[in-house]
Amino acid sequence: MPRTPTRRNTELLLLLGAIGIVLIFSAAAEAGSAGEVTADFWVLPVMLGLVLLAAHVVVRFVAPYADPVILPAVALLNGLGVVFLRRLDLGELNLKDRAGLSVFSGLGFKQLIWTLVAIGLFSALLIVVRDHKSISRYAYSLGLAGVVLVAIPAVLPSSLSEVNGAKLWVRLGPVSFQPGEFAKVALLCFFAYYLVRKREVLSLASKRIAGIDFPRGRDLGPVLAVWLFSMLVLVFEQDLGTALMYFGMFVVMLYIATERVSWILIGLGTFAGGAVLAHSMVSRLQLRVSIWWDPFSDARGKGYQLVQSLLGFGTGGLFGTGPGAGQPTIIPEAENDFITAGFGEEIGLFGLTALLCLYMVVVMRGLRTAVGVRDSFGKLLAGGLSFTLGLQVFVIVGGVTKLIPLTGQTTPFLSAGGSSLMANWLLIALLIRISDAARRPVLATPKEPLKLQDAHTEVIRT
Amino acid sequence: MPDVVLAVARFGFLVLLWIFVFAVAGVVRRDLFIGARSSGLVAAPRGLGPAAAGPKVKRGKAAHLLSVKEDGRPERTITLADTPITIGRAEDCTVVITDDFASAHHAQLVPRDGQWFLQDQGSTNGTYLNNAKVSGLTPVPLRVPIRIGRTSLELRS
Repeated sequence: MPRTPTRRNTELLLLLGAIGIVLIFSAAAEAGSAGEVTADFWVLPVMLGLVLLAAHVVVRFVAPYADPVILPAVALLNGLGVVFLRRLDLGELNLKDRAGLSVFSGLGFKQLIWTLVAIGLFSALLIVVRDHKSISRYAYSLGLAGVVLVAIPAVLPSSLSEVNGAKLWVRLGPVSFQPGEFAKVALLCFFAYYLVRKREVLSLASKRIAGIDFPRGRDLGPVLAVWLFSMLVLVFEQDLGTALMYFGMFVVMLYIATERVSWILIGLGTFAGGAVLAHSMVSRLQLRVSIWWDPFSDARGKGYQLVQSLLGFGTGGLFGTGPGAGQPTIIPEAENDFITAGFGEEIGLFGLTALLCLYMVVVMRGLRTAVGVRDSFGKLLAGGLSFTLGLQVFVIVGGVTKLIPLTGQTTPFLSAGGSSLMANWLLIALLIRISDAARRPVLATPKEPLKLQDAHTEVIRT
Repeated sequence: MPDVVLAVARFGFLVLLWIFVFAVAGVVRRDLFIGARSSGLVAAPRGLGPAAAGPKVKRGKAAHLLSVKEDGRPERTITLADTPITIGRAEDCTVVITDDFASAHHAQLVPRDGQWFLQDQGSTNGTYLNNAKVSGLTPVPLRVPIRIGRTSLELRS
C-alpha cells in the first residue's frame, strides 16, 4: 500500500510562490506610485512570509494531512491586502514624499501586525483543538457567546458602537473591534451541532405540496427564531449585510443537513419578506437601495462612493492601470469596504478575477472537505464555514460592483481591520483542522490490530 | 522609472497571479485522483496473501457501485474503491445507516481480487444475502440484495 501523500511539500511550494508574488507586487506598487523601488520594499512581504512559513510548520506538525491549497491561497490574498494598504498610505502623500515613507507606519504596517496576531490565533487553535469533534462539546456555550457578541453593539449607546451609521462596533478608547465577526464563527459551530441533533425530524417529517417536501409547521420553529434574530440585528444594528449573513448561513446549513430544497425556498421567501418589511421601517436601508438603483442621480452626494468605485473599475478596464499607478484613494473607505474597487482599478478585470478565483478555490476546497469528512458535525461545520466565506465575498463584491445594494461587510483577508482578519483566520484554522480529518487515511491508524489467533475459522463458498 | 519597466511590472504581475491560480488548480486536479489509484490491501486479514498475487480480474466485471436503500429514505449510491467498506450505525463506519435494527458495527464488505466478500461483524440481528443468513466471508454477486435490518444494499457494476 503506497503511503497516502500528505501534500505538505506542495503546500510549501505554493506558499513560497505566494510570498514571491506579494514581493513582486510590493516592488511594482512602489515603482508605480513613488516612481522608484525603495531599498526596503521587501520588509513587509518578507516579515509576512516568515510568519506564514511558521504557520506552515505548525500545520505540518499538527494537521499533516490538511488540504494543501487553502493556506497558500489565503496567504496570497492576505499578503496582497497588506501591500495594497501600504500602497494606499503612499497614495495619501505628495508625490515627492512617497519614497520616504517608513514601512513601519500607516495602515499597511498596522495590517501586518494584525495579520501576525491572526496567524498566531490560527496556530493556537490548530494546536489546542486536535479533533474538530471536540468543539461540539462546547456548542451551546459557543452559541450563547455568539448571540451575546452580536447583541453587545445593539445594546451599547451609539457613542460606543456606531461607525458610519452601522452599530456593529465596540469602541473602548483607542481599541475598537467588531464582535459580529467572531460571532459568525461561534454561531456556525452551534448551528452545526444543533442541526446534527435535529436533522432526523427536520428531514423526515414532511408534507408534499407541488412536488416539493415541505416541513411540518412545528418544525419551522428554529428557522423562525433565527429569522427573527436576523431581523432584530437588521433593525437595531442598521445593517442588512450582517442579517443576511446569519440567516443565509443557517438556511444553507439546514439544506446541507436535510437535503431538502424546500428549506432554501422557505429561507429565500422569509428573507425576502423580512427585507421588504425592513425596507419600509429602516431609513438607512431605503437610502442604500435608492443609491444602488441609481447612484448617478446624486453622483457628488449620496452616490459619491459607489460612483467613484464604478469609475475606478472602469478606469482599470481589462488589465488595470498597473500596481501603484491608479488613484484608488479617491474612493472613500478604499481601505475597508471598497478595497476591491481599488484592486479593480490597479490590476483590472484580469487581476480581480484571479483574486475571486482564489476565494473560489478556498470555498471549493472547504466544500470538498465537507464531502470527504465522515462525521456529520464535521460535514455541516465545513460546509457552513466555506459557504459563509463565499457568501461574504459575494455580498461585499456584489455591493461594490453595484450588483446588489451595498451592505457594509469586510472583504475577507483584504480589508483593513483586526477583527475581520482574526475571525477569518480562525475560520480557516477550523477548515484546515476538518480537512486534516477528512484526508487522513483510514487504514493508517487501525483501532486494534487483528490477531490471527482471535480469528475464527470460516468457509469460503465460491 | 522607464515606461517599459512599468509595463513589464504591470503585465508580469498579472501573469504571475494567473500562474499561481493555475498551479493551485493543478494541485486540486491531481488531488481528485488520490485514493482512486492506490489499489491493493495492506494485508489480507486471513493470510490469503496480497491481492497482487492472484491473476488480475478484469475491471469491467467488478462491482464499482454500492446502492443503499434505507427504509423511508431515497436510495443513495456509493462509488467503491479497493478498500474495505464497513456498514453500521456508528459514525466511524464507511456507510453509516440509520436503522434501528442495525448494530453499531454491523457488517463489512471486503474486496479480494476484484470480488467483494461480505462478512457479519457479530451483529445482533444478522446480515442476510439473498434471504440467507451470512456466516463467515461470503462472496457477493452483482445485483443480489444484502439485507441489514430494514436496509437493503446491492452491488452494481
